[in-house]
Amino acid sequence: MFSTKEILLTDPTTSTEGAGVERQTMNVDVVCVGFGPAMGGFLTTLSRALSDPAAASAFQSAAMPGMPPQVLCYERAEDLGFGVSGVVTRARGIRQTFPDLDPSQIPMATPVGDEKVLYLFDPVGASRRSAGLKVADRLAKTFKFLLKYDLDAIEIPFTPEFLHKKGGLVLSIGQFNQWVGAQVMGSGAVQVWPGTPVSKALVEGKQVVGVRLLDQGTDKQGRPEAGFMPGMDVRAPLTVVGDGPVGPVGRQLDEELGMPDGHHRRDWAVGCKMVVSLRDDVDLKPGTVLHTFGYPEPEIFGFMYVHPDRMASVGIFVPSWMDSPVRTSYRYLQHYMMHPYLWRYLKGGTLRSWGAKTLLESGMRGEPQLAGDGWARIGEGSGSTNVLTGSGVDEAWSTGVQLAEGVLQLWKEGKPFTRENLDATYVARRRASWVEAEGKVAEKSRDGFQRGMVTGLLGMAIAGVTGGKINLGPEPVAPHERIPSLADYYAGRIAPEELERIQKESAARGVPLHEALMDRAGWPAIPYDGQLLVSHQDALLMGGKVQAPGGFADHVVFTRPELCKDCGEKICISVCSGQAITLGEGSVPAFDREKCVHCGACLWNCSQPLEKGSERTNVEFRAGAGGLHSAQN
Amino acid sequence: MSTGYQIVVCGSIVPDPLQSLEPIAGPTGPALKNELMLPAVIDPWAGHALYEAANLAAKNPGSKVWLVSLGPKAKLQQVMMAVGQKVPFELVALDGPAGGFTDAHEVAAKLADAIKAIPGLDRSKLLVFGGWESASRGAGATLQLVGERLEICDQFQGVDQVSAVEGGLEILERVEGGKHQVSVCAGPPAVLGWATGSLGEPRNNPQVGMANMRTIMPALQRATAAAVGIGGIQYQSVALPTQQRVTRIVKDVPADEIARELVEWISQD
Repeated sequence: MFSTKEILLTDPTTSTEGAGVERQTMNVDVVCVGFGPAMGGFLTTLSRALSDPAAASAFQSAAMPGMPPQVLCYERAEDLGFGVSGVVTRARGIRQTFPDLDPSQIPMATPVGDEKVLYLFDPVGASRRSAGLKVADRLAKTFKFLLKYDLDAIEIPFTPEFLHKKGGLVLSIGQFNQWVGAQVMGSGAVQVWPGTPVSKALVEGKQVVGVRLLDQGTDKQGRPEAGFMPGMDVRAPLTVVGDGPVGPVGRQLDEELGMPDGHHRRDWAVGCKMVVSLRDDVDLKPGTVLHTFGYPEPEIFGFMYVHPDRMASVGIFVPSWMDSPVRTSYRYLQHYMMHPYLWRYLKGGTLRSWGAKTLLESGMRGEPQLAGDGWARIGEGSGSTNVLTGSGVDEAWSTGVQLAEGVLQLWKEGKPFTRENLDATYVARRRASWVEAEGKVAEKSRDGFQRGMVTGLLGMAIAGVTGGKINLGPEPVAPHERIPSLADYYAGRIAPEELERIQKESAARGVPLHEALMDRAGWPAIPYDGQLLVSHQDALLMGGKVQAPGGFADHVVFTRPELCKDCGEKICISVCSGQAITLGEGSVPAFDREKCVHCGACLWNCSQPLEKGSERTNVEFRAGAGGLHSAQN
Repeated sequence: MSTGYQIVVCGSIVPDPLQSLEPIAGPTGPALKNELMLPAVIDPWAGHALYEAANLAAKNPGSKVWLVSLGPKAKLQQVMMAVGQKVPFELVALDGPAGGFTDAHEVAAKLADAIKAIPGLDRSKLLVFGGWESASRGAGATLQLVGERLEICDQFQGVDQVSAVEGGLEILERVEGGKHQVSVCAGPPAVLGWATGSLGEPRNNPQVGMANMRTIMPALQRATAAAVGIGGIQYQSVALPTQQRVTRIVKDVPADEIARELVEWISQD
């Protein structure tokens, strides 16, 4: 099973030429990248079939004749379920896999109970609201006696059916992934290895023949140091890519093999959340789900899900169409939690966990090629998220199940994993499923947001009601094409001279510019209480224990530093969920990988295209190690 | 005939000590709040012992390393997927309670029984390794009690280094004043409770992981329930290792100045 070969050191991303260290090779039957909900669905379905003694003769390893198929999954995070998110999901696909699912067996899981959609007014007066929205706010407040008004919020009386999650589950995906992982590993049929980032897919022509694991024992630039160990080549007839929306392997395939015509990834959001232990006297029922919009900025959506044992997930989504160069999700989250409607529940609570994640909001328009010779894509990175219903976990899970069913069929029929065969089994199942049908309805439903929040909401409603037949708004443009300069964004609020002074002062003091700008824009200082309202740095320690093992190269690289020098916005710094990117020497951002939570927001928030007309930005987000050490998200 | 050592490392899993750990009164005694949701790791002190054991074994051909671990089976399985990639070992798993505090005598009895039951164990080659205390909980007495139950007289605690020398093993133990006490032991059997040792955490090696997996999964499948922490003991009090954290962000401060401040801060206590 194991072999070695002399290292071929031509990979520009590792720069290990001349090291002369052997790179090992291993042959298996299926190699998987990333362990999230999609891979959970894939490995659960596969391991059940492989564990069935009656089916053992049908499935034989090609890599190890006489043995059952060798299925390996490599996960970047240092344990399963680290650094992912809490969700509310209809759980149709998950329940299909687990018909007798008892939520009480999964920590933090509970059936969905009371659901509300709330519009939040701005109680501090700093939110950047349009004149029309301000008028609407005044009108609503004037006639609040006609509305369900409570503590600067109104409950939307009618919520479209497609937004509801009735019969679903409130989950911690971290805990759910750990629960699934324990079962698939306990079967003995598959192996899931955490703490092992995959560097890239091994592409030969149009065929993927396996993956290369990340080099260990390198300096920040990837040059070999003491204890250098080249990442192993794991070769397999089938490579399953489920590394999420910003995963390096999925994006590599997009670049090398191309996206389908007309497909692109231009609609994103960064979700930032906290898991909070609520006060003893908070009587919110487990399963309570609040969806909010309108505050802290009109474009920012928020949520609060109540778990059992008086715990709650609270978070916001900062979208790529929010035309602000100051996108600091952490500080916005703090203002969000302090909104009176939510603060009555959260005040006195304790931070248990914290995290952030990029969401691919392009839906089916961001769908890559789903399969090819020797490879298949599943999960969020395969464009499965339904951007109308705001649902991704169940869809991702289902795509994993569909692929597993296809793989089992091909094994039974003794057919190879060619594009044609995977199209006929996996892709055909997916095209015939509810994931596809509902994804088509949702495909263009968010286009209205390109023109603003109100148009966007209207567009979603119309798309939902008409089954996706009518949509508002233009096709999205790449985020960097619509990011305004600081001067334009603050025009009329902060004079250019003052803006320049604030920039200089912040640079001289070594403090984040976005904090100073938000202060100046009227956002009140956060009254740190040391248990829930804590500094961003303290959140890294208290809410996630962000760590990175030594001996790996930096995974965030600013490809052309000269572009950074002239960049006035530097959104990579303000949006960085872990304060891992700061202003460095010569006005080029500096990256500290020990603080990175791998949210990937820097990738799509960069305002500088790599080249004129390019969809790529100046930030390269490579494979890396470490991240959050919390499975409560 | 092989001249290698048979090194048995006692290393159980604990909630990651970097997490916010909060003792609470559980139905069967003291426990940690939401322990099941917290990430588990091999006890860091025991982790050092395991890596040192593998290092010693690698330097002495014919040696073998076992890891005897007591913990809830599902969590053990999870932790082994991380630890299993580090160094070669054979797992002996004991299915323990899902959480809470356990008595060192109870745990030591189960660990000693498990060690005695390892097939082919040769007492004349036996080195029992472990952490000299627990990073999350534990009285710091378990390993000594294991040694006593195995009737091993040569015990060393706070070990930072062991090396095979003429006439036996040279062992460095931590003593007061930042110094080491150097002892020479005639050889196995001996018990070594490790401090940090001198090795860094080994790299993840997929080949090692695949090789270990051949024994890890069968060991987990045949793990029997270890009846510890099921009552009969009254705890007067429990405590976690104290942690104190102060965060301050500074830029452009020389390393010497930071070191001076750290020494000053530590000296305050």
